[in-house]
Amino acid sequence: MATLTLNNVKKSFGKTDVIHGVSIDVEDGEFIVIVGPSGCGKSTLLRMVAGLETITDGEVQIGGRRVNEEEPMARDIAMVFQNYALYPHMSVFDNMAYGLKIAKVDKAEIADRVNQAAKLLQLEPYLTRKPRELSGGQRQRVAMGRAIVRKPAVFLFDEPLSNLDAKLRVQMRLEIRALQRELGVTALYVTHDQVEAMTMADRMIVMNGGVADQIGKPLEVYANPATEFVAGFIGSPPMNFLTCGLIGETGDDRIGIRPEHMRLADAGEGRLNAQAAFCEVLGAETLVHLRCVDGTQVTVRQDAAKAIPDEGTNVGLSWAGANEMRFDSNGQRI
Amino acid sequence: MEKRVTFKGIWLPLLLVLPQILITAIFFFYPAGQAIWQSLFIPDPFGLSMQWVGLGNFEYLLSDRFYRASFITTAVFSILVTVVSMGVALYLAILADRLIKGSGTYRTLLIWPYAVAPAVAGVLWLFMFNTRVGVVTWYLGLLGYDWNHVLNEGEAMGLVVVASAWGRISYNFLFFLAGLQAIPRSVIEAAAIDGAHFWTRFRTIVWPLLSPTTFFLLVVNIIYAFFETFGVIHTITSGGPQQATTILVYKVYSDGFVGQDLGSSAAQSVILLVIVSLLTVIQFKYIERRVHY
Ligand SMILES: Nc1ncnc2c1ncn2[C@@H]1O[C@H](COP(=O)(O)OP(=O)(O)OP(=O)(O)O)[C@@H](O)[C@H]1O
Ligand SMILES: [Mg+2]
Repeated sequence: MATLTLNNVKKSFGKTDVIHGVSIDVEDGEFIVIVGPSGCGKSTLLRMVAGLETITDGEVQIGGRRVNEEEPMARDIAMVFQNYALYPHMSVFDNMAYGLKIAKVDKAEIADRVNQAAKLLQLEPYLTRKPRELSGGQRQRVAMGRAIVRKPAVFLFDEPLSNLDAKLRVQMRLEIRALQRELGVTALYVTHDQVEAMTMADRMIVMNGGVADQIGKPLEVYANPATEFVAGFIGSPPMNFLTCGLIGETGDDRIGIRPEHMRLADAGEGRLNAQAAFCEVLGAETLVHLRCVDGTQVTVRQDAAKAIPDEGTNVGLSWAGANEMRFDSNGQRI
Repeated sequence: MEKRVTFKGIWLPLLLVLPQILITAIFFFYPAGQAIWQSLFIPDPFGLSMQWVGLGNFEYLLSDRFYRASFITTAVFSILVTVVSMGVALYLAILADRLIKGSGTYRTLLIWPYAVAPAVAGVLWLFMFNTRVGVVTWYLGLLGYDWNHVLNEGEAMGLVVVASAWGRISYNFLFFLAGLQAIPRSVIEAAAIDGAHFWTRFRTIVWPLLSPTTFFLLVVNIIYAFFETFGVIHTITSGGPQQATTILVYKVYSDGFVGQDLGSSAAQSVILLVIVSLLTVIQFKYIERRVHY
């Protein structure tokens, strides 16, 4: 249990700059999710904290202590890898006990801690099995177990759920979060899935091309995105973006409106005309996809009880001015 | 459910394995049969007739002091060649595995010795260690060491071991490198985070995961040391001095072709065949159990 501080951390591979300077103060016990599209540098950032990549510039502190030059084992962290990285030739028990054995913890204590972790993760029946005899979800749990038995100060997760099927993912998401709360360990969690980020994070870092575009609580980020990228990346279905010209204004700002803030109106009414393209009926709600005159795609999210326009009909779109977000040509919020 | 591809009928499969069967029959079963047959006879001094002696050749061999010495020589030689060639290869493979840039060049250069024929390799080392004009001998002389593998048995053994192992390093290196690269990076990283330093990681993770490769190389290298080192020994020491480097396969040649004792030579071939078969069976039965696939 410790605080974690990144102070203008940068990374270059040769001449390519991959991380352009990320700073954050993570509180003790906080769950931070790093989210962003593929290749934006999430893993690289995490691996720098773990000590698996050198830090080109800036400083990483764990528990107030600078760790830039420390080896991974000296940083008091544990990491869960995307492919789990279990030791294939060892039993589940040995996988979890490995770190403790190296730390020369005595045998009884090792057995105690591994059994406790196994109980917590419902792995007790599998302790003697080899990783290849386990299902994906069970392997994932072993990887978690290996991380928790060492009682590290910081947990690092690199897309730990991306190899699981959708249902298991939702379940493990809750379990990981519950476990982290129970243990009170500070956690850094990488994902490219914005739903995971929204549901798990105390605070999230939205990365875009090696830059932390925004750091904040999920709902804050959702309600108040700092950049056009964040606005488009967080939220599903994504935010609608319109050019100023489309609603009869001048300038080259872009306007963003979330699908749930748009309403269908009769043709000719509202602030914008569009043609209904197709609908997705999801049960509780319906997504209506429309095309504007300049070809822009727009999505409206509405209650299932509301009328659905037929394909090809012209409709109007309206929204409250307060729900409009404006972005300048550099993608910054105005 | 049958997962493998299966063929109907017998003719196509037979046709496909026929070349292999023919090659095995002509180059292995036929000579092996001949050797077994000849090992039961003694030819007269002029090679005109053969006299049936039953197991006489074998009895004579096993009571022969030189033949028994050759067993020890072979064991020492094989173990040394295998350990040296595999050890050096593993060391180089570990270095290459850690190298990100330039590992291609490194690999290509290390493969070259494998392309050198054993006899040529022998001559190469012979030149370097020649007692009168060898470069290495000269430098050793400067250091005050008098190298003479023509007279010194230990030095002769050392030289044939090094020359035999040298060509083998490339081959072993390739397999070790492939084996090392098949170990996921993240597993090594996980071990590092778990607190294991380089040597601990090697002992507890890399070595066990490499064991199928090591086992395969062990079998192959011992067979190499038993048979294919003939060329090296022939060019460097011809089995001398005082038979100090006469391994079993060399004795088959020197007794049979040089000494013209065909019966004894054939009996030796048979014994060699049995030994190698036994060794391979033992390796598969006992060592393979400890291999993690
Ligand atoms: N060892 C390396 N050498 C050179 N470039 C690298 C190296 N590792 C990563 N990169 C580059 O750094 C950038 C960020 O990579 P990183 O793995 O951090 O992305 P990511 O956000 O984790 O993506 P993903 O979601 O696909 O895992 C990528 O453009 C990648 O090509
Ligand atoms: Mg990644």
